[in-house]
Amino acid sequence: MALLELKQVTKVYQVGAVAVHALRGIDLMVEKNEYVSVMGPSGSGKSTLMNVIGCLDTPTSGTYILDGKTVHDDRIEQSSNGKLSDDELAFVRNQKIGFVFQTFNLLPRITALHNVELPLIYAGIHKKDRIEMAKEALRKVNLEDRMHHQPNELSGGQRQRVAIARALVNNPSIILADEPTGNLDSKTSREIMQLMDHLHDEGNTIILVTHETDIAKHAHRVVHFLDGLIASDELTPKGKG
Amino acid sequence: MNLHEVLMSSLDSIRQNKLRSFLTLLGVVIGMFSIIGVMTAINVLQNSVESNLNVLGTNTFFIQKYPAVQMGGGTHWKYRNRKNLTYADYLQLKDRFSGPATITAENWHSGDPIKFEDKQTKNSVGIQGVTPEWEFSSGYFLQSGRMISRNDLEQMRNVIILGQDVVDVLMPQYNPVGQTVTIRGVKFKVIGTLERKGTIFGQSEDNVVIMPLTTHLKMFASRWTSLGYAIAVMKMEQFDEVQDEIVFNLRLIRGVPLTEENDFEVVSNTSLIDTFNQVTGAIKMAALLISSIALVAAGIGIMNIMLVSVTERTREIGIRKSIGARKRDIMNQFLLEALVLTELGALIGIVLGILAGNLVAVSMNVSGVFPIQWAIIGVIICSVIGVVFGTYPAVKAARLDPIEALRYE
Repeated sequence: MALLELKQVTKVYQVGAVAVHALRGIDLMVEKNEYVSVMGPSGSGKSTLMNVIGCLDTPTSGTYILDGKTVHDDRIEQSSNGKLSDDELAFVRNQKIGFVFQTFNLLPRITALHNVELPLIYAGIHKKDRIEMAKEALRKVNLEDRMHHQPNELSGGQRQRVAIARALVNNPSIILADEPTGNLDSKTSREIMQLMDHLHDEGNTIILVTHETDIAKHAHRVVHFLDGLIASDELTPKGKG
Repeated sequence: MNLHEVLMSSLDSIRQNKLRSFLTLLGVVIGMFSIIGVMTAINVLQNSVESNLNVLGTNTFFIQKYPAVQMGGGTHWKYRNRKNLTYADYLQLKDRFSGPATITAENWHSGDPIKFEDKQTKNSVGIQGVTPEWEFSSGYFLQSGRMISRNDLEQMRNVIILGQDVVDVLMPQYNPVGQTVTIRGVKFKVIGTLERKGTIFGQSEDNVVIMPLTTHLKMFASRWTSLGYAIAVMKMEQFDEVQDEIVFNLRLIRGVPLTEENDFEVVSNTSLIDTFNQVTGAIKMAALLISSIALVAAGIGIMNIMLVSVTERTREIGIRKSIGARKRDIMNQFLLEALVLTELGALIGIVLGILAGNLVAVSMNVSGVFPIQWAIIGVIICSVIGVVFGTYPAVKAARLDPIEALRYE
């Protein structure tokens, strides 16, 4: 069974009187430990797809199953749990999703360690365990020595590594990285992508949104989006080899 | 997310905006300060009244034309139109009454100094005319000499007893008994001095002189003069009975029809304390009302600043939601922040209020109080304010769409 399964997923936004069809019926399966890039011009629907996969948004119609859990299924009556409530969506985000954003999205006035602790706080994990787990996550991204620094005392690459540690800390089913190198110079980008590759080697499932072909090549599979539909879905040389 | 975590994070955000937080909670501080300050001051006064009023003597009550304290406007005419309480009424009352009590008639005057050789007292000295029964109802005791006698009264003698303050001013180095003092040019022979009695509400009770009532009336009476009758009951358990009998007889003497209320006032320790409590109760209500308005205004200030805070931290809310914060986590965080602000303000206000209220105690030389019940009521009011005005911003924060919030610059 696939780790992630989307069937005929659509998303329609109502902007004033106009209905914008961001997703027009997406079928997508991602297996455990896959490394998938999502590419496409802006407005092609890739961000909407990430929001739906990351449970920040719900589809207008279609089925979405994540790690055996039905997040959305419009064939099932709402009353019998065909659609998750806001709190249930928050729980899925907390337990199964690790977000890495282009703009890092760390809380500015707390230390790196505390930033990494946050998902564990919402998971209700006891303080002592929490600090150990957060330190371990920071160790994985090689930032143990900077854990008591606030984000503004860290370089861009270091901030992104803190964000990755935060994404990892809850052992999520999927790491969703939305343009993770978009705000970084090329040298730092390479370091971050090496880290992503390493995480994949360790068994994590990664979905990466990017518009840079070089970055997309790190993945084993590239999905191209155009006008709310999947235009192509193929293995990269790395995936074939 | 547990309470401790939320608490820490709200304290953090308050600390990060020190000036703003301080200005916001200033409103709460002022509101609480006025509640607690007034309540503490009144409690101090009440304590002091209840201990001081025993000086009147628990077994004594008074009959007079005007009430001890007049509440509300527009009723003064009702008292002023009453017939004066006269010496003749007094003599009749004494004739008719044979119960276990003594009845004293008194008249009070001030505004004239007492002179002795080249010295004189201030005008504020109280000049009191009394009947001999005064000995039993006044609570004063002789230090030297003798009391006012029946002969003094009947023969309108120019004799006088001096309070210790008067002795101190006029003749500290003399034996006062046998000296002669003058009031309005009339000579009075000093027949005794009173033991020092001390102060009540910061006012000396020893700044008085005592003379026979008849002499007093001859010198000071006008068409406005109305006497006071002091009735000292022998046994406490006969107090009510005696009071009823005195009232009954006085109504007869003054010809009050059965259907009408008394045309005089009965004042006792209990009635004084009642009246005092009525007055302080009204002040308390007013203080509570005004302070509550101030607190509501402060609450609006808190709501305003929390709305600003929610807008400023839209992105933070988005981040928190993306990593798994539920609506209720966000809601709790902002609600608690508002509550911490109000409670902090409440705490500062309570401390300042108690300090200010007890300054009254220090200035009046009575023991201080800690109005715990008002502190608790204050904290409850502040909690309600915090919840009422913190809820809307907190709900607004909790309802933010995570995608919109993450995109917010």
